[in-house]
Amino acid sequence: MSMRTLTVRIKRYVPERDRAPRWEEFKVEADPHDRVLDVIQKVKWDQDETIGLRRSCAHGVCGSDAMRINGVNRLACKVLIKSLPSDVLTLEPILGLPVIKDLIVDMKPFFDHYKSVLPYLINDDPPPTTERLQSPEERARFDDTTRCILCACCTAACPPFWGDDKYVGPAAIVNAHRFIFDSRDRGAAERLDILNDTEGVWRCRTVFNCTNACPREIKVTQAIQEVKQALLTGEVDTHSIVNIHQET
Amino acid sequence: MNYHRFDCIIVGSGGAGLMAALEASKLAGTAVVSKLYPTRSHTGAAQGGIAAALANLEDDTWENHAYDTIKGGDFLVDQTAAEVLCREAVECIYDLEHMGLPFDRTPDGRISQRRFGGHTKPNPVYDPAAPAGTEAAKPRIPVKRACHSADRTGHMILQTLYQQCIKQGVTFFDEFHMLDLIMVEGECRGIVAIEIATSELHVFHAKSVLLATGGFGRMFKVSSNAFALTGDGPAIAYRHGIPLEDMEFYQFHPTGIYRLGILLSEACRGDGGVMFNGEGERFMEKYAPNLKDLASRDVCSRSIYQEVRAGRGVGGKDYVYLDIRAETINKYKTSPTGEPVDSAWVSKRLPDIIDFARTYLGVDPIHEPMPIQPTAHYAMGGLPTDVHGRVLRDESGAFIAGLYSAGESACVSVHGANRLGTNSLVDLVVFGRRTGREMARFALDRPFQSLPPKPEAYVKAEIEAVLARPRVEPWVKIRDEMQRTMMDECGVFRTADTLTKARDVLVDLQNRYRSTGVQDKGTVFNTGLLEVLELGCLLDLAQATVASALARKESRGAHSREDFPTRDDSQFFRHTFIFKDGEYPGRIGYKDVDVILRQVDGRMEPKYPLEIRKY
Ligand SMILES: Cc1cc2nc3c(=O)[nH]c(=O)nc-3n(C[C@H](O)[C@H](O)[C@H](O)COP(=O)(O)OP(=O)(O)OC[C@H]3O[C@@H](n4cnc5c(N)ncnc54)[C@H](O)[C@@H]3O)c2cc1C
Ligand code: FES
Repeated sequence: MSMRTLTVRIKRYVPERDRAPRWEEFKVEADPHDRVLDVIQKVKWDQDETIGLRRSCAHGVCGSDAMRINGVNRLACKVLIKSLPSDVLTLEPILGLPVIKDLIVDMKPFFDHYKSVLPYLINDDPPPTTERLQSPEERARFDDTTRCILCACCTAACPPFWGDDKYVGPAAIVNAHRFIFDSRDRGAAERLDILNDTEGVWRCRTVFNCTNACPREIKVTQAIQEVKQALLTGEVDTHSIVNIHQET
Repeated sequence: MNYHRFDCIIVGSGGAGLMAALEASKLAGTAVVSKLYPTRSHTGAAQGGIAAALANLEDDTWENHAYDTIKGGDFLVDQTAAEVLCREAVECIYDLEHMGLPFDRTPDGRISQRRFGGHTKPNPVYDPAAPAGTEAAKPRIPVKRACHSADRTGHMILQTLYQQCIKQGVTFFDEFHMLDLIMVEGECRGIVAIEIATSELHVFHAKSVLLATGGFGRMFKVSSNAFALTGDGPAIAYRHGIPLEDMEFYQFHPTGIYRLGILLSEACRGDGGVMFNGEGERFMEKYAPNLKDLASRDVCSRSIYQEVRAGRGVGGKDYVYLDIRAETINKYKTSPTGEPVDSAWVSKRLPDIIDFARTYLGVDPIHEPMPIQPTAHYAMGGLPTDVHGRVLRDESGAFIAGLYSAGESACVSVHGANRLGTNSLVDLVVFGRRTGREMARFALDRPFQSLPPKPEAYVKAEIEAVLARPRVEPWVKIRDEMQRTMMDECGVFRTADTLTKARDVLVDLQNRYRSTGVQDKGTVFNTGLLEVLELGCLLDLAQATVASALARKESRGAHSREDFPTRDDSQFFRHTFIFKDGEYPGRIGYKDVDVILRQVDGRMEPKYPLEIRKY
């Protein structure tokens, strides 16, 4: 495949310079196998060093470079140029979190929501001298939600979150789910109580944007539905994978 | 000036930093300073597993693990440290499980374990008289020792440790980038860091400072390491006259994604994957007749280079294939269970690997082999420490009060000349925990020592100088030349010629580095400025690597000198210590390898006698 000339449109905002966000365009030669992240860095290194973005691992595991790529939330390091439908690449910061500079948003509100759901194992029983036992089925029960990398693609794609930044958002619920359905955990009641709050799971309107945005392909909406179900029935089944119908 | 005071300051929030933070904060005031949000640290990229002789699936002992670690490191491993690592690994894994780490499970609910390169146990049916090639002819056989959580073990470790830090209320300074150590009268009394969002400088006054800043693979062109892995901790310490140990030992992992360097875990081969050259030959049979594809990493990487040099790369190019298709595993009878496997099993064991190959190679490994080449992966060298994480002042073994290191930035040395897969993650938890304890103990025993006036002055001047300099040339050109030079001249194979060339290129790059500046003069997230400062760290470490490699005139583990192709225990059974002298690498000293002796028939004999390393 040959090189492509891309027009990269970046929504710029440098607080020391710009009073309001503005669009800026760059032309760049890109290899179809390049990642969008490579293209942004090429522009940054060769044309305008002031472009602000976060990145680290460059292969979709650290969660640094969530951004809106052609209107949808993606990790810039997981989108290849060859997958772009046209030669125009539009980049914006993710929505719903305050912009600090260019593609960088303030992640503090996001992490505060995450911390609010008690995202850690709660079990005060004295542990055995070796491992606690857990069957492969019990382990599989919450496998999907252990994969979250806290990139915020889901939360920042969620219309109820855009409208109400006090809503804990899908990522926090995913991380609550990871513990609620872990057979070793004893904190489900406490977490469910938190998520039963007006800013908890009931804000979710099952728009499914979150599931579509997740770069780890976590079934986010299903996880939220399972938490809602647990609240409605008062039961948490940590043994078998239930398949809640995803339609609303 | 922003001033903070904590008993213990931990720089870095990967596995090593977080483990130390959990321990230290139980006893003493502790804060973690990290240039990345903790969950972005590269520990989260670790895939295949964490070693501990739990013996959940077959017989195993920590002594087997210690032997493998010492042999894997080509005997440059400090043996007491290796025994500490392998013994404490077991309780550390149970600790992680109790913290909630979701390990994969065996049918009876225990922690599941898989095979990994170089992890073995004595063959119960070994018979020295057995004909070559038969099962009985193998003195040692692979063992399932790597505890895992699919192929995202590091992600689970990092998440679990961070979760525990939240539970325990550990203080974090996220997106604070350390730029200097505060050294007074040979002691460490704190650090200077820049707040990335504002460019404000912060002075952290401390009694104990831990450098847990991870590796520096970004020195090389093709690397599995994150952009952030620029060796800031070791480089900054080195500038203060603190030595670096065994820098010539840098590990190239055999199976990186062609061109990109993204890692395809050794678990691929542990679970039965096989490497092929362009002629479809399983070439590891030639180089490591017993363990074949499960030989240790340096051996496999050299084998790939040799195949490519002989024109047997795929299509004559510089890559070979890694094949994890179920049909291949079954054909070569490499399944870890001994039973045939199917595609569903492979998908369940290696989901992320399959996703990486599909995303970045456009290859579906369930149906096709993956193009791979060796990728710069792991620094065996780093800041010399003892088994409590205390940084050594020199080869005599004296300590620097208040300064600690753990994780990839440290050299304990449990990895010697070549690290075994799954031994880094266990190093992080075992020595992270020990170091955290020691830091707190030291801090509780001692008052705060005074700081010099304006401890941030040096950093301030350095930043102002970079900002004031014109951009004579783009600094990325300097970085690219460094990475290419290190890959080509100081990579898997080296000679005096290639190393001398690298040394000269690096001198030129240092000069150019000191005369060029950055375009961005702003104060909000000036990542260009920080990247330049990171490049400065990499250049210093590259020079230390090349100088140490030039001085070691033998081949051992990952350091392969074609002009000195054999191991020379008479001269080089010892660790390299390199010191900085002004702007350049200076004095090189050596420290003996720590050897455990035991009494045999009234005589003292080495517990791990030197042997030729064969797989
Ligand atoms: C792709 C990949 C797969 C791997 N798989 C395995 C495996 O299966 N098993 C195994 O045992 N090992 C594996 N390894 C090796 C292992 O993951 C690493 O060696 C280990 O995670 C390093 O951990 P660390 O805590 O030392 O550093 P890291 O996790 O790299 O963390 C470094 C920390 O330092 C901080 N930092 C750096 N510089 C500064 C500064 N100037 N100021 C402030 N903070 C700073 C960063 O923000 C970060 O938090 C793998 C490595 C890679 C790259
Ligand atoms: S840079 Fe780590 S997820 Fe993209």
